[in-house]
Parts: sequence; structure tokens; C-alpha cells
Amino acid sequence: MADLLSARNLRRAIPWLLIVIAALVLPVVLPPFRLNLLGRFLSLGIVALGIDLIWGFTGLLSLGQGIFFALGGYALGMHLQLGSLAPGELPEFFGLYGVKALPAFWQPFTSPLFTLLCIWVLPALVAGVLGYLVFRNRIKGVYFSILTQAALLVFFNFFNGQQKLINGTNGLKTDTAQLLGQLVGSDAMQRNLFWLTVVLAVGAYLLCRWLTRGRFGDALIAIRDDEPRLRFTGYNTTVYKTLVFAVAGAMAGVSGALYTVQSGIVSPQFMAVPFSIEMVIWVAVGGRGTLIGAVLGAVLINYAKSLVSEALPETWLFIQGGLFLLVVTALPDGLVGWWRSGGPGRIRAMFSSPPAVATYPDLELDPAVQAEKAKLEGGAQ
Amino acid sequence: MNTSNATNPPTIAGGAPLLELRSVSVSFDGFWALNDLNLRLVPGELRAVIGPNGAGKTTFLDVITGKVRPTQGDVLFKGRSLVGIAEHRIARLGIGRKFQTPRVIQNLSVRRNLELAVNGSHDPLTLLFGRLSHPQRQRVQELLAVVGLEALAAQQAGSLSHGQKQWLEIAMLLAQDPELLLVDEPVAGLSDEETERTGTLLRSLAGDHTVLVIEHDMEFIRELQAPVTVLHEGHVLCEGSMDAVQNDPRVIEVYLGTETEGEFNG
Repeated sequence: MADLLSARNLRRAIPWLLIVIAALVLPVVLPPFRLNLLGRFLSLGIVALGIDLIWGFTGLLSLGQGIFFALGGYALGMHLQLGSLAPGELPEFFGLYGVKALPAFWQPFTSPLFTLLCIWVLPALVAGVLGYLVFRNRIKGVYFSILTQAALLVFFNFFNGQQKLINGTNGLKTDTAQLLGQLVGSDAMQRNLFWLTVVLAVGAYLLCRWLTRGRFGDALIAIRDDEPRLRFTGYNTTVYKTLVFAVAGAMAGVSGALYTVQSGIVSPQFMAVPFSIEMVIWVAVGGRGTLIGAVLGAVLINYAKSLVSEALPETWLFIQGGLFLLVVTALPDGLVGWWRSGGPGRIRAMFSSPPAVATYPDLELDPAVQAEKAKLEGGAQ
Repeated sequence: MNTSNATNPPTIAGGAPLLELRSVSVSFDGFWALNDLNLRLVPGELRAVIGPNGAGKTTFLDVITGKVRPTQGDVLFKGRSLVGIAEHRIARLGIGRKFQTPRVIQNLSVRRNLELAVNGSHDPLTLLFGRLSHPQRQRVQELLAVVGLEALAAQQAGSLSHGQKQWLEIAMLLAQDPELLLVDEPVAGLSDEETERTGTLLRSLAGDHTVLVIEHDMEFIRELQAPVTVLHEGHVLCEGSMDAVQNDPRVIEVYLGTETEGEFNG
């Protein structure tokens, strides 16, 4: 029991305490508009976590996460469209295209339970099937990226063109819908959604951490570093890749649903090619292979985007491009990777005299030498 | 090492083979990397395979481990055909392979490399929910000692020297506890002392395991004191002791006479 309060555990608890405090204080301090932005960006952190899982750890660069993001968003959007209707009524937009009866695939979305499942199970299934077909055929590297982008375009064009099924390019609005007896766009509802986002983001982070910490995570890293080696060791790498791609798809779906209700609309723009590339940039800037980097990257870049766009709307794309170039050339492990590898110390060192060094520092650092030394000293006693 | 294997009773040469290649041919767009290759390995045997560049040595391993499907012929392991079986299944049947250049997982520690390779279930669910058993941990510790990497167990594999990586990969191979070890150029780039230790290790493995070594280093093969198979242009040129093989006029001609051969890396 005593070690429950050890210094190490206390230090570990600090970030979690900060999160709890922030989640309680921010809704009071921030104006509703800013809080809503933060909630949106945090939900984007969840899709970024999924990308980190498949790209940062497993080496699968997907440019099509928008598919799964939008599927989650549409699932919830459809439910909200139906939720506030009187029996026999149709969502308004159907009238514009002369649709008289609700399309069959809309029916199950009247059920909240089905919708809740669909938000993450449907994207996971689509990702799993797509992934299995691709991975089984040993398609990887840049070919995998191109394929995911092509799939994204197929989905985009389908959703964009189907007015009679899902309102095409206009998307589905959620702000005026009712959820649990409250208006989705109301401040009180948005505050609840912010808290829900915090909880789910923390949950997604913990899930990813659990997946990457142990031997399963080692296997993912091994797939990234040298897949044939792992295969000849007896691992069916296709199963691993399919599984992890499905998990990332599920996370994208949850992210898309949260983003939809906080931005008030889900539209085919969620599957636009640049948006899925931006998701990858968030992870690259934050630090791929570092989970917290993915979340930070998503939140920071999007906050920067909204601040810059308010002041100097034309410059944002240049800043984003510059940021990406900077990361690719100077910070290959992103901001968090740079921080962890002692980056701030190096900056400090540039402006001060070099630190005093012991003689032969290599020997002090070489574990083999140290083990030998310990053995010799142990034997002498 | 505690690798005594009950499935490997002492067998006289010529008994039931553990591995048999029956007139295996492999064609890459009309180029025959292997050409009517026949080979038998009996359980517990240590065998060296040599051959000039382009002789088909690596393709030969690719065919056994399932990376390349033979165009003609059959590969039998314990009487069962391996043709068309996926690489990971062949590995689980008991065939381990060490690559020509040391292939270890650079971004994992030495110990974690071995923990991934150690014999046991390799299913995602086991890796997620299961823990390494006590014997598995012991085996990892034992192998660290065998290859002399105990002190470096927590080190990233990428930071090891070339020789240490070769040894780590051999240890990963042993962790799989395969019946048949296919070892591709284990002493390339090693110092004399490391080469000698590798030779001793491989010799000690034979008996409990069946070991097939591909090597360029003639001195090393002489040290192994193993029967030698010479490959040339995708088929077996001759087999026999090192001395017999070295004095075979055909072998001399292949190694010294036809230097015009292309640099295709077999």
C-alpha cells in the first residue's frame, strides 16, 4: 500500500490529474465557441491515434482514413435525422428529390443501440475487409498508400453523388436534431459532448497504449522494421495487419461521430482527399510512434489553423506546408520525438558552454563494459 | 543446451530423410535459378552448401522456406510436401532460417527480439493477453548466455555491432527451436574469433538439430568438418568431404575456370 503513494506513482498521476482538472475547468473558463473547437480537435485526436497505430507503429501509411471517419459520422448523422421525427415522417431533404419512402438501409438507424454499435463496428468491418484483401496480396509501402487513397475517392464520389440516398454533397445536418430530449447544437449539449470526447480520447489513448506496450506492440514494430523476418519466425503478419487496421478504422469512426455532432454536419467533405492527408500531417508533426504526439499534433495544428485562419486566412496552407517540410527534414520523429530525444537540451547547449564531460564517457555508457566491470569487482571481493 | 529432442533418434545416413528436394526447378521469367536439384538431409546432420555466385544458393533456401514456389519438383519435410504452404506455417513446422545479412528488429531491445522469436503461440490474442511462461523466459535468458549478449539484453538491437547482430539472429533462430536450421552465410563479416565460436556453436547444434549452412568461407567449412554439397547453375555438382570436393576437377573448373559468370546473387 505504501508504494501506491511513491514519488514515481505520484509523478505518473500528474498528467491524469491535469486532464481531469482541465476537463472540469475549461468548460467554465472558455467561451462556448472555443470549448466547442477544443472538443472537435480532441475528437480529431482519436483518428490521429489510429493513424499512429497503423503508420507510426506498423508502418502502414493510410491516406484513406477519411472513409472510416465519415462512416462513423454518417451513422450518427442518420440516427439524429430520424430521431426527432414524428412516426411516418421523412427527413426534410428527401422531399427535395421526390423520395416518398425511407430507403431500407436507413431503417435500423432509428435504434440508438444499433447506431452506437454501427459507429465503430461498421468502419472496423470495412477496414478489416479492405485491409485483408490488400495485405493478403502482399501489397505494401507506397502501393498501399495509393490504394487507400483510391478507395477514399471511390467512397467520396459515391456519397457525393447519392442525393436520393444520403443527401449527396449537402450532407446531413445535426445541429437542429434532438438527442436525449435536448437540442444537439445547444451549449449544454455541446458541453456534455466535450466531456464525452475527453473520456473517449483518454480511452482511445489507453487502448493504443495497451496494444503497443507488450509483445503485441513488439510484433507491430517488427512488421514495420522487417516483416519477412517476422514471417519466417512463424508469424502470420497478415492477421496482425488486418487486425490493427480494423482497430484504427473503428477509432476513426468514433472520431468522425464525435466530430459530426460538434461541428453540426457530416458531409462528403469528410472524405475529401486533402483532409485525409492532413490527418497524416498531424501525426507526423506531433510525432509518429509516440501516442501522445498524435493527439497533440491533431489538437495543436487544428488550433493553430483556426487562429491563423481568423487573422490571416490566406496564409494557413503555406504555414501547414512549411510545418510539414520542417518536420520531414529536421524533426523526423515529430515534436514529441524531438522532446524525448533531448531536443530542448541541444537548443540550450547551442547558447551556452558545453557541459563538463567525464573521461572516456563511452566506457561509462557502454553496458557491456559496465557488466564486465561489475563482474570483475564482484569477483575481487 | 537443453535442446535434446525426442523426435530425433540417431539415424544412419541414408535413413528416412528429414528434408528432401526432388528434382526442384525454379524459373524466373525463363532464367532457371534452380535446375533439377536433388538433395537429402537426414535428421541430425550438419551439411555445408557452397557454390559460386549465381549458383542458386539463396533461391534454394527460398524454395524450402516457402518464399519461392518451385516451378517443377517437390520439397518434402518429414515426408510432407511444403509446396504451396505459407512461410509462417513452414516456420511453425520446424524450419528456421537465418538470412544472409543479419536481420534483427532494430528498434527492439535484444531481449524483446528473442521474446518475439521464442517458441510458443504466435497468435495476436496470445500476444495481447498471454504472458511469457517461466520456461520461455528461462529459454530467452539461456540463449542470451549462449550468444554472449547478456549484458546487452536491454540494448536496442540496432545499436549492436555486425557480429553481435549475426549472433542475435542465430539466437532468434534457436529460440524458435526448429528441427531444421537453414543458415545463410553465418560468418560473413565476423572476426576470426567470432567465426571460430560460430563454428563451435553450429557443430554443437548438429545431432539435436539438422543444420544446413551456406557459406563462402572455405576455411570455415573445413572447420565445420561436415559433408559438402557444391551447387552450380542451379543443380548439385557434387557431394562429399571437403577434401574430396576441393580436389574434384569439376569444382576447380567452376570456381577458377568460369570467372565470366554474371554477378546474379544466388
